[in-house]
Amino acid sequence: MLKINNLHASIEDKAILRGINLEINPGEVHAIMGPNGSGKSTLASVIAGKEEYEVTKGNILFNEEDIEELAAEERAHKGVFLSFQYPVEIPGVSVTNFMKTAINETRKAKGLEDMPAKDMLKLIREKSELLEIDRKFLSRSLNEGFSGGEKKRNEIFQMAMLEPKLAILDETDSGLDIDALRIVANGVNKLKSKDNAVLVITHYQRLLDYIVPDFVHVLYNGRIVKSGTKELAHELEEKGYDWIKEEVNA
Amino acid sequence: MELKEKLVSSFLAFENSVDVDAYVHDVRSDAFKIFEEKGFPTKKEEAWKYTSLNKILNEDYSVFPKQENALEYKDVKKYLIHDIDTYKVVFIDGKYSSHLSQTTHDGIDVCLMSAAFSKPKYRLVIENYFNKAASKDSLTSLNTAFSSEGAYIHIPKNKLVEKPIQIIHFSTGNESALMLQPRNLIVVDENSHVQIIERHQSLTSNAILTNSVTEIFANKRAIVDYYKIQNDNSNASLIDNTFIKQKQESVASVHTFSFGGKLIRNNLNYYQEGERIDSTLKGVTIIGDKQHVDHNTLVHHIEPNCESHQDYKGIFGENSTGVFNGKIIVEKEAQKTNAFQVNNNILISDKATINTKPQLEIFADDVKCSHGCTIGQLDESALFYMQSRGIPKKEAKALLMYAFSNNVLSSVKIPEIKQRITKIIANKLGVSIGFDL
Repeated sequence: MLKINNLHASIEDKAILRGINLEINPGEVHAIMGPNGSGKSTLASVIAGKEEYEVTKGNILFNEEDIEELAAEERAHKGVFLSFQYPVEIPGVSVTNFMKTAINETRKAKGLEDMPAKDMLKLIREKSELLEIDRKFLSRSLNEGFSGGEKKRNEIFQMAMLEPKLAILDETDSGLDIDALRIVANGVNKLKSKDNAVLVITHYQRLLDYIVPDFVHVLYNGRIVKSGTKELAHELEEKGYDWIKEEVNA
Repeated sequence: MELKEKLVSSFLAFENSVDVDAYVHDVRSDAFKIFEEKGFPTKKEEAWKYTSLNKILNEDYSVFPKQENALEYKDVKKYLIHDIDTYKVVFIDGKYSSHLSQTTHDGIDVCLMSAAFSKPKYRLVIENYFNKAASKDSLTSLNTAFSSEGAYIHIPKNKLVEKPIQIIHFSTGNESALMLQPRNLIVVDENSHVQIIERHQSLTSNAILTNSVTEIFANKRAIVDYYKIQNDNSNASLIDNTFIKQKQESVASVHTFSFGGKLIRNNLNYYQEGERIDSTLKGVTIIGDKQHVDHNTLVHHIEPNCESHQDYKGIFGENSTGVFNGKIIVEKEAQKTNAFQVNNNILISDKATINTKPQLEIFADDVKCSHGCTIGQLDESALFYMQSRGIPKKEAKALLMYAFSNNVLSSVKIPEIKQRITKIIANKLGVSIGFDL
């Protein structure tokens, strides 16, 4: 589904990603871990199509199509979803209206009519129950005044609504208490199927107790320096990242 | 002939053509002398530093329309708030249109200045209020000199006016270029509440220059909510001079939505003459092309324990220019004043300009005053956030601009106005978002 070949990316001439290779198949859960500043969030943003980053080398294939030239919304229409580490506040636009816009714009891009209001309401009800979201919450302005947990839960709610093929969760566990973490992880797990894939980006291992990865990769200095299974995550939790750095630098 | 000369030469004829009430006559004559002496303001004056009238004064304006024109309701319906019941005072080329209006004397006066000037029963109100809030600057004086028509609204005490009142000025273009000088007087007595919507709309590509003066008196504990919808076409210019005198414990708000027109200058002046007064001044400006919108505000805190809240948002595209000049004066006696002012701007084009200038003159020592202005661009990370949800950039920008304006929109108390404004914003930004913003 996703195939990244020798990806180099920079921002304002500063190289951040220096040759990433990664392949994700349908039905798989991958985790990318790594110390601060290793390029984890950059990788997420580059896959999702953030314009500020310049791809200087390599490519990203999504379902065999090179998506390098596609705008962020076009990637979204094809099924790429990014759950933000810091979701943006949009005053005056309710969660419901934002989702209606997102869904109908995606449908429009596919040549479909707007979703009938009745179906939309049903979908919203169904997905908000999945994330244990209160109805009142849906009429609040998007992310405005939301707690850290509410923001992340809302991100996964949006993911549930949009049903992406590839969901990238960027530090979704940061700022979550254990209850919120459980709800969020539970939501992600329920949405998992053999046809979609999840890329979890995290600094800590604890989220991976709930969203269990098939593969774990360690990102350091803009490269994937080690890959393994979920045991690797445990090892990192115990030993930290220093041994990886030493290994790489040696 | 230059516009000033034309106005000077037509003043006598004008005075002879209208009523000869001695009081009003004297006020007009005095005002005319001021205009004759000062002329139109130029960029040399501090208050006009960033706004030049040269371009709009060059047209060959008729100062009185030669004929009366009619409009059909169906053709102008879209410019009115029509989905709720309202009183309407409608003018066509400066003349009252009884056909389009819906006025009343049922316990309140929603009628005409021409009637108020000529009928004895209004005499006392005219003598007590007419030109008592307006300043002596040249444009206001010019309007005063030629004042003959406009909306006259008098709400006696203890009345809650349930229907909003719309004051609409249409211009038809039957003159090659037309100058209009509407004069409105609004007196709201003790404990009364009124909501007013004002709009100037040109229906022609001919040049229109409106120099409007509105005096509003909010007496003790009165509540006045005033909405100005400025979405005129690109050949129409507006100089709006509004003066609000507030008495003890009154609450007055003016929301100004500036989206269209060639040049707009809003002179909005508040005078707080009592304690525990609340004044609100808010505005959203979204312009492009070569449009120019200038907000020039004054809040004069004269008595203790009063508040003022100013919040102006501006979005400027293409070659447009914006000006915000907000003056707050806190007199020595006005202790415990809370005066707040915010002006946030977004420039979405390299060629757009905004000049913003707060002016605080504080003579009291126990006050809370703050001001802040920002000039920025649209938040790229917010755009990316929305795009990553499948919302195309254009629509994402529109949503973001709407969100930016939301602080002002959210205090609009009439839902139909809020809807109308959001629709205008969506149109202006060329998007349909799939829901009524």
